[in-house]
Amino acid sequence: MDEVVTVDNLSFCYPDGQQALTNVRLTVRQGETVALIGPNGAGKSTLLLHLNGILRSNGVVKIFGRQVDDENLRWVRSKVGLVFQNPDDQLFSPTVFDDVAFGPINAGYSEAEVRESVTRALDWVGMAGYERRSPHHLSVGEKKRIAIATVLSMSPEILIIDEPTSNLDPRSKWSLSGLLSRLPMTKIVATHDLELVRVLCPRTIVIDHGQVITDATTSQILANISLLAAHGLAPTETS
Amino acid sequence: MKHSFIDKYSDRDSFIHQLDPRTKFITTLLFILAVVLTPPNRWLAFALYLLIIAVLILLSTVPIGYVLKRSLVIMPFVVMIAIFIPFFKEGEIAGSYNIWLWQVTVTYSGLQVLINIVIKAWLSILSLILLTSTTKMTNLLNGLEQLRMPRVMVMILSFMYRYLFILVDEVMRMRQARDSRNFGGGRLWQLRTTGNMLGTLFIRSYERGERVYAAMVARGFNGQTRTLNRLSFTPADAYFGVGFSLILILASVASLLH
Repeated sequence: MDEVVTVDNLSFCYPDGQQALTNVRLTVRQGETVALIGPNGAGKSTLLLHLNGILRSNGVVKIFGRQVDDENLRWVRSKVGLVFQNPDDQLFSPTVFDDVAFGPINAGYSEAEVRESVTRALDWVGMAGYERRSPHHLSVGEKKRIAIATVLSMSPEILIIDEPTSNLDPRSKWSLSGLLSRLPMTKIVATHDLELVRVLCPRTIVIDHGQVITDATTSQILANISLLAAHGLAPTETS
Repeated sequence: MKHSFIDKYSDRDSFIHQLDPRTKFITTLLFILAVVLTPPNRWLAFALYLLIIAVLILLSTVPIGYVLKRSLVIMPFVVMIAIFIPFFKEGEIAGSYNIWLWQVTVTYSGLQVLINIVIKAWLSILSLILLTSTTKMTNLLNGLEQLRMPRVMVMILSFMYRYLFILVDEVMRMRQARDSRNFGGGRLWQLRTTGNMLGTLFIRSYERGERVYAAMVARGFNGQTRTLNRLSFTPADAYFGVGFSLILILASVASLLH
């Protein structure tokens, strides 16, 4: 039971007819940190939304070997923590505490457990003492950290993050990267920030036009400039 | 961008601020009820109510200028609704005017109703401003929930509070983007641009709603909201609640005897 995420033959078409994913196939093993890279509109976010059952289609999506379906949706969502790209979408409560406590309360934790998990999650992201603050008074970097805490408070075994470093200045970006590398669980990071991929993820999957293009070690992929250029991840020779 | 215009003075530390939000909410409702149920032309009662609310505002250390300014913002709506009453109420005629083809008459009893409505609305608004400016929105929402207000409504209010600022930011950014591309042209063109902006804002908000819902579902949301109770009544709440109710009753009885 080494494979924590298994996706096979997954295709997805949005209601407006746009084909977002075509025959996607990938596996992620326990403890891995995998980068999912690809240009804008490649289908990264759509794929991530399948991994905890928010979007579903007829392909295979297995978490710890169990197909995601209506019956085990709650279980899947307690195992898979999904951090959205825009923290203003992720943080919807009036205070930081309410937001970080949202998942644990929904999971039916007792009051003491909720408080404990909130404290632990905020400690983890270095935001202890922010419980009473309002999300709209935080900086983008702080919001990103709190957004990660809202998922960590549920103690997920798989952490999935969509564009963790977008809109961050270099200092916030590197401190967030350090934070992510210290988290022990299996991680899938969707990004087009190749600097982040280099330091954080040993393995990289390139996605474009809704298909897996390559799946290899990060050093192989980052050395292959023509591959990166062909998928809009590096400057092309003419430019 | 940072705003804080709803509960601007809510982190001060007066006696009123320390009361439990539930106490404040219930006493505010009582006050409004007393004001609204007061028979017309009970000037003494209105004066006493004004005195009560003025004392409370002083106690709360919220600047009086701020309270007055905010109460004026809401007055036009009240006046707009009530302004036609003097023209339609029957009774002794106070004045009669000819405006082009129409003859318009104003009655004394109509004017009285108008004045009473304006006074009652103003007193009620003052008490609501006192409530919202001395209570953190989050605590107020928590209090409403404890008072068994339907969860859906509490949630709507809390989303409103959370996303109001983001919408304001979005409008500001759109306006900056418009102005920096030299917004000019005729009036019709301007209206059209503003209309397009409104439409864009609506679509963006709608799509944001979908994303927020996805973020909620991802964390196990299943239509039920649960929150932790962080509020507690103190002896001060009991004293204030009882004392306030007594003063309110005294004020209305005193005006009856008068």
